Parts: sequence; structure tokens; C-alpha cells
Amino acid sequence: MGNIKIFKPGMLTLVQDSGRQGYQQYGVPVSGVMDSFSHRVANILVGNHETESVLEATLLGPGIEFLDETVIAITGGDLAPNINGAAVPLGQSITVKAGEKLDFKGIKTGCRCYIAFAGGINVPEIMGSKSTYNRGSIGGYEGRALKAGDILNLGEPLKPLSSLEGRTIQQDLYTYTNKIELRVVAGPQEEAFSPEGIETFYSFEYAVTNECDRMGYRLSGDVIKHKEGGDIISDGIAMGAIQVPGHGMPIIMMADRQTTGGYTKIANVISADLPKMGQAKPGDKITFKKVTIEEAQRIYKDMEDKIAEYKKTFEEQELYKKKLFQFKMGGKLYGLILEEIKE
Amino acid sequence: MYDKTKYLIAGDRAIVMEFGNSISEEINSKIRAMTIAIETKKVEGISEVVPTYRSLMIHYNPVQVDYNTLMKGLQTLEGELESIQLPAPIVMEIPTIYGGDYGPDIETVAEHNGLTVEEVIKIHTSGEYLIYMLGFTPGFPYLGGMDTKIATPRLATPRTKIKGGSVGIAGSQTGIYSIDSPGGWQLIGWTPVKLYDAEAEKPILFKAGNYIKFKQIDEAAYKAIEGKIQSGTYECPSYPKGEGGQSRG
Repeated sequence: MGNIKIFKPGMLTLVQDSGRQGYQQYGVPVSGVMDSFSHRVANILVGNHETESVLEATLLGPGIEFLDETVIAITGGDLAPNINGAAVPLGQSITVKAGEKLDFKGIKTGCRCYIAFAGGINVPEIMGSKSTYNRGSIGGYEGRALKAGDILNLGEPLKPLSSLEGRTIQQDLYTYTNKIELRVVAGPQEEAFSPEGIETFYSFEYAVTNECDRMGYRLSGDVIKHKEGGDIISDGIAMGAIQVPGHGMPIIMMADRQTTGGYTKIANVISADLPKMGQAKPGDKITFKKVTIEEAQRIYKDMEDKIAEYKKTFEEQELYKKKLFQFKMGGKLYGLILEEIKE
Repeated sequence: MYDKTKYLIAGDRAIVMEFGNSISEEINSKIRAMTIAIETKKVEGISEVVPTYRSLMIHYNPVQVDYNTLMKGLQTLEGELESIQLPAPIVMEIPTIYGGDYGPDIETVAEHNGLTVEEVIKIHTSGEYLIYMLGFTPGFPYLGGMDTKIATPRLATPRTKIKGGSVGIAGSQTGIYSIDSPGGWQLIGWTPVKLYDAEAEKPILFKAGNYIKFKQIDEAAYKAIEGKIQSGTYECPSYPKGEGGQSRG
């Protein structure tokens, strides 16, 4: 258990977990993280359950003072994190001491970063989740984005902090470009669009507009033509649903989407590509590529396998104890890693 | 209602069963039967279902069950719907204070329809309204079946804040605001009952497929039940539909 103090809120820093499931039939949005891949990996790095709560920071990161020693990991978009001024790599578990400060210099790539703490964040579960649904003032820390002066209590780490040191995943997972190709499966109302409209959707590049938030991303580009109109009798909306209202511009529905809606949906972003969308920001360019449902589900399983592999690697790593010794020789700093190997 | 239910792909983690292209009680009862069938049979991989006016969205985990397997399973289940014994839907009575500050637009509704305020209340409280779906805000019911004799267009300028619990009319729809929110409905009354309470064990009062009946109460009756409502121990009177108000509440 430990505490962290927010000394700078960042643009939008929220407590999020894997979302509020089981209440959509009552009109309660799922919420949860925008980039589930980065979220899960961050938790695995600090020995938490994958679904545990983390901080999701958007564009401008928060300033966090650690009041107690803990282990953290930062994943996702590169907002240039540093601890007491020294740059911190993404995708690594790091021990932080009481009094140290985490700050972010500014955005380099992506849009959102995830900060996981060993033990997660100790906020009450509302309807089975710690996620903040900001618009509805539900969950997270008092149902809102963090402010300077907030003190958050961390949960009990599942593993000894010392055993978590040295967990690293490959760096190239966190490179994001301004051109994003999204694989999609054809949507429930594809037949509401003219053949020309469908061709437009798959052939042209769309730009992320300034109207983008956790609820959805409005895109601009060539008008996608309907056969008759863009309205339907309301039905359910899945994460990644691409709605096209009468005006012909696509809207990609994200974590805080409403549970039902009355616009035609031309396609749905595949689960494995949703994390990429969660890292998109205004001005980024989007293109769509159609895949079959079978391919989409195969790709999804590959992603799950990859995550399972990380977990396994770290569990095996735990069998060893590692210690890093630093020493100076001839004015240069050297590191020596000593590993105790179990017989 | 379609002759053959459409199975629509809604991404790699959801299927939509679309039963028709209109808002009708017949379609809705099919949705209700399918919802109950899925809940009873506990189909592998299904995480949650979302009933709407004319369809049922089924969220699932593709690691546990793939699209084709799930679709076949759902088709089999659909073929057995006849054998599903639908329990009588529940009618829930919602105590409502009409007019005054609680329903500032009730006179507009009366005037628009050439009725007295008393007649508006009588008509509004006489119907049993089917809850087609919940959405818009947590716990907000989309109701069907209001008498068109009291239908009234929305306000020309929507209010920026409407108190949760406000009962309103918009065109030929009626409904209850579940939480404080902006809106343009003609407000005719207010219920002290909480439709949504995040802290409660059962956070949402209503369930799609059941019915709502508004029951007029006065301020004295409201005061009498207020304490129970505050402490979350008040239970709206409810009875199986068709038992004509034999309240067991």
C-alpha cells in the first residue's frame, strides 16, 4: 500500500480499468481504457491482474509525487515521462522511491499513456468497475478527472516489489504513426449505403477532426453516400462501431460511447486495431481495410496469445533474482547484473 | 416482424439479432423471449445482451466462442423459443406528483389537446407502458403505448437542466428523466423514486420488457414515503401484467 499525490493534473487524467461490463442493457456505458493493449501490458509489468485500474493520461501527462516506494510501468503513447528530470523508458517496470516525482515533458508519439502501479489504484468499484465515466460522474476518483492536490491510495501489490524489477517488453510496441490503417469488418447496416458510398469509405483517407474524445472520433473526408438516409431505429453500439449519419462523415465510437444509437453503421474496427485508434489524435489520417469476421477473430486470438506470452515470460523471470550493481572505473559508469539461478 | 431473423455482424465481439424494422410489441416480446432464453441457457462466451426496439445485441468473447459457432447456437436457441415459457411481465407502479412545480407544463399539454388538467392526469395514469429499452442516460426508459389524446410537441427551447425523476411527454412518447440532464420534453409531473442509484445494490430500477404504470400521489403521500426513498428501502408496488392492478407492493 502506498500513496501518490497529483501535483499537476495534466490535460485529462482518469482512473480507468477494463470497463463496466454487464450494465449496457440498463443504459450504462462501458467506459474503461481507450487502448486496452497498453493497459493490459502495463498491468502485467507491475504484476497486477490485466484488468486492474491504471491512470490514463491524454496528450499532456500529469505530475505525480510518490509518497511511498512502489513499482510503476508506463506504456502507450510517448508523452516523454521523466522521474526527477531523468527520462524514463516506456514498457519497463521501475522502482520509485518516496519523494520522487514523475512528470511529462510533452507529446512525442501517440495520444494516451498508461501508468500502472503495483497493486492498482484503491478507489471504490461502482457496478463492478473502477472506471471513470466522466460525463456521468460515475466511478474512478470521485467520478471525475484528477486535479492538483488529489491523493490516491494504491492497492496491495500482488507480488513483492523486489520481484517486479527488470520486467521489460520490446520497445517497438509503442511506436505510433500519424497514418493509421484500421482493419474493419463490414457493419450491421452496410446495405444502407450505395455501392459508390462503400467504395468511397474504403478508398479515401479520412482525417481525425478536433471533435474527438473518449466517446468517439469524428472524421472528415469524402462524403459516404447512403441509399436512402442515415437514420435507423436505435440499436446497440459495439466498441469501434463506425456510424455514418446523414451528413456522410464517419464517427468511430469509443470507450465512453452510448449503449444504443440511431445512425447507420457501415463497419466496425476489429478489436486488435482498436488500441491504435485509442492513440489517434486530431490531424491523424485514417484509412480502412476490410477483413472477414474469421480473419478478425484470428487476429484477435494472436493478440491474446502475445499477451499470454508476456505473462509467461515474466512468471519465469520471477524464478530468478536479479540485482544490478553499478561501479565506476576510469571515470566511466559500468553496470553488472547478477542473477541468482534456481537449481 | 421479419419472416427470418437477421443475424448481423457488429464487429468481432458482437452479433445483432434483428427481428424486424418497426417498433411493435410483437417484435419486443420475441426479443424478450430470446433474452430469457440466453440468460437461462447460459450460452458459452456471451458476456452481456442489449435489447433495443427491434433487435438484440449480443456481446461475446471470441476466444471462448467464434462467430460461426455462436451464430449456430443462437439459431438453434431461436428455433426452440416456442418452448420458452415467458413469465408474465411485471407492471411497476411509479408514484407521481402531477402539476405545479413538479410538472410545470401540464397546462400546456391540457390546452394543446383541449382537455382539463384532471383529464390529462387520468389519461396518463390509465395506461400501462411497455419498456422497450433503456438508454440515453443510465436507467432512462424508452416507453411505448401512450394515448395520442395527450400527445404534445417538445418545447421550442429545451431546458438546460431537468431534475432527475421528471415525468414528461414528447410527441406521442412519455418517459421519465433518470438523472439531471438537459431536455425538451413537456414536464407534467415528478416521481421521487430513484431510477438510477450507482451506490445501490441494484443500481437500475427498470428492465426492458416490463411495464410502467404511473400512479398519482399528493404531497402528503410523498412525504410519507420520502424517508424510505432516501434510505433506498422503498419498493414500488408491482404485479404481473394482466392481474389488473392487484398490487402486491
